[in-house]
Amino acid sequence: MFKSLNIFLHQGKQFIPDIRNAKAPRVFRGRPVISTEKVDEEAFAGVCPSGAIGISPVSIDLGKCLFCGECERCFPKKVHFTDDTHLATNVRERLIVREGEDKPIEVDRDAIRPEVRKIFRGSLKLRQVSAGGDGSCEAELNATGNVQFDMGRFGIEFAASPRHADGVLVTGPISANMARALELTYEACPEPRLVILDGTDAISGGMFADSPDLDRSFLESHHVDLFIPGNPAHPLTVINGLLDLTRSK
Amino acid sequence: MNNNILHVSNGSCIKVADIPVLSYDCFRATTLELMSDKARHCVSYFGYSSAEAIRLMMCIADDAAHDILVFACDVENGARLASAAADCLALERYEREIHENWGLEFEGHPWYKPVRDFMPGKYKFFEMEGEELHEVGVGPVHAGVIEPGHFRFICNGEDVLHLEIQLGWQHRGVESLMLKKKRLIERVLLAEGIAGDTSVSHSTAFASVWESLCGFKPGKEVLWARTLAAELERMANHTGDLGAICGDVAYQLGAAVFGRLRTPIVNFSQRWCGNRLGKGNVRPAYAPYAFTEELRQQLLSDLSAYERDFLEMSDKIQHFPSVLSRLDRTGIVSTEQAESIGAVGMAAKCAGVCRDTRASHPYGVYASLGVQPVVKESGDVLARTELRIDEVKQSLAIVRALLAQMPSFGASECVNIPSAGCPASGSFAIALTEGWRGEICHCAVTGADGELVAYKVKDPSFHNWMALALAVRGNEISDFPICNKSFNLSYCGHDL
Repeated sequence: MFKSLNIFLHQGKQFIPDIRNAKAPRVFRGRPVISTEKVDEEAFAGVCPSGAIGISPVSIDLGKCLFCGECERCFPKKVHFTDDTHLATNVRERLIVREGEDKPIEVDRDAIRPEVRKIFRGSLKLRQVSAGGDGSCEAELNATGNVQFDMGRFGIEFAASPRHADGVLVTGPISANMARALELTYEACPEPRLVILDGTDAISGGMFADSPDLDRSFLESHHVDLFIPGNPAHPLTVINGLLDLTRSK
Repeated sequence: MNNNILHVSNGSCIKVADIPVLSYDCFRATTLELMSDKARHCVSYFGYSSAEAIRLMMCIADDAAHDILVFACDVENGARLASAAADCLALERYEREIHENWGLEFEGHPWYKPVRDFMPGKYKFFEMEGEELHEVGVGPVHAGVIEPGHFRFICNGEDVLHLEIQLGWQHRGVESLMLKKKRLIERVLLAEGIAGDTSVSHSTAFASVWESLCGFKPGKEVLWARTLAAELERMANHTGDLGAICGDVAYQLGAAVFGRLRTPIVNFSQRWCGNRLGKGNVRPAYAPYAFTEELRQQLLSDLSAYERDFLEMSDKIQHFPSVLSRLDRTGIVSTEQAESIGAVGMAAKCAGVCRDTRASHPYGVYASLGVQPVVKESGDVLARTELRIDEVKQSLAIVRALLAQMPSFGASECVNIPSAGCPASGSFAIALTEGWRGEICHCAVTGADGELVAYKVKDPSFHNWMALALAVRGNEISDFPICNKSFNLSYCGHDL
């Protein structure tokens, strides 16, 4: 009894009071800023392992970026990864950061389906489906529920059954063997239901994009409501992304 | 017979031409003879395509002699071979994998079940008949936020008679992409993604294989940084698992405290390398993130705050009857079972089998640390819980010892990334590392042009899923979650 009380006492205050403005401890590789410095664009694009860098103008697609920092290491004057954790958006195009730009990545309110904010603004239950996920995104999603990030305070939680869920949150590049299970899980959710892609692997396939062992056809037939980039996505990126989607600031 | 095999050390590279090639009969007999010694176990057994034949490579680690025995055998496409697994259970999954990848037949194999290549929804599970028996299917999508796999239980009332585990849902084609992607950075990122919660130990194994193929000796600070990162990875995962074990027995205080204690460790990883899971911290030939005096002070202060709360909480659960009653004598793996299936890492050490690469085949700077593996005898969930507590304490000591002998790091601002060079032609390299789950083995073979012709990955889960299947026999099905969590095996590491 006293032991338990002591443990309680020693925890102090663990929760992060202001999740919206919380900073990840530095160094965090978040939203990149690309300078207008002239570089050999082909060579710059060539260092990226996942083909995230586009040229004329130079851009980085956060839906493909694995945040390995290789481009910053080779071209430190051209690109710098800031500690901005707010990376999630509902418009795929908005994940592309262009040279000379330094503006936050935001959810486009007008592109959100009208029922989403009406129904899910106070409570959101998601069924998580790992489809080839490497375990890191899953670990960070579990961390969103710990006493520090405490996503439950916003009424956002992971449900054990798709029957109790408002949509699926997918991690992993969607392996062929999981394609049907993902479809069935989605179908088991009551309507209206969301599709959320968590992590770069889910958004673009990441390093596995051209693997014959994937089957990403699920994404061709369903609207994606939120893209959350990261390798893995930081808990702050996940929580703030879900809040941006479902409620006004 | 034993004169015909090559002895290599962990992290070394040899010429393919020097590897003895035996006839299959001799290959099989040598394997069985070697495996009859308890100090030896198979760390990798795989096939690859070479000159109109399939070459089988056998790598058996000798923990007593601290070396790895390597020999090969060439067989024709579609050959029918006598199963070695029929006499040595530890080889059974390797033979199934070779059958699946290369179409060879192993006659007399105990159970020709698909490893990864199955037809979801069409595969016929093992069946038992009996009026009182019923089946319970779980997965691939599970109730928690974890990776997919299918568990098929055959139960008599609440008691589990048999558990069949069907994996393969996560298969992404890691090994074939390793060959297809030619740039080093692509391969490094593939290695990091083999199992994202073990990215440090997997990428260390990759880096070691690559460096030895290139004949490159990494600097002391590089090995030091990898060792430190691996121990932090172990602490973070063990701490998270302890929280999850408490959660599975509905002990909320333990779940909350261990759950939040993982944070300072992963946050430190982020301060060091920019990623909470240590992705990006290991690269062949150099240490990409210098370890500064400021980081050293930060880690020392993080650890002392962590240690007090960790010790207090672990002492509490080790003396708390309502937690202990759920863990004690639940999900037992006997020493005989662990030995027969070739279990590694936690699954082996908790069943009285001392198998820890850090001690038997040291790499990084482990040789200078003299790690004494933690071994538990009871083989139950309690043993796997206490092992984690003891290993965290041990890792704390290791990390502090490392911090006391911190090497100097060169300037971190280097535009030209150091290179290990080019891989030698016609070579074979093997590297073992001890991830937090257990032994990881990476093997690579290069062709005449120095390009990779084979890359083989073995995660500890490859052996240890069988331990989970055995552990739940005779237990209540309601204890399955806690048994599963106590192993916390990797799905993607197995499925590749």
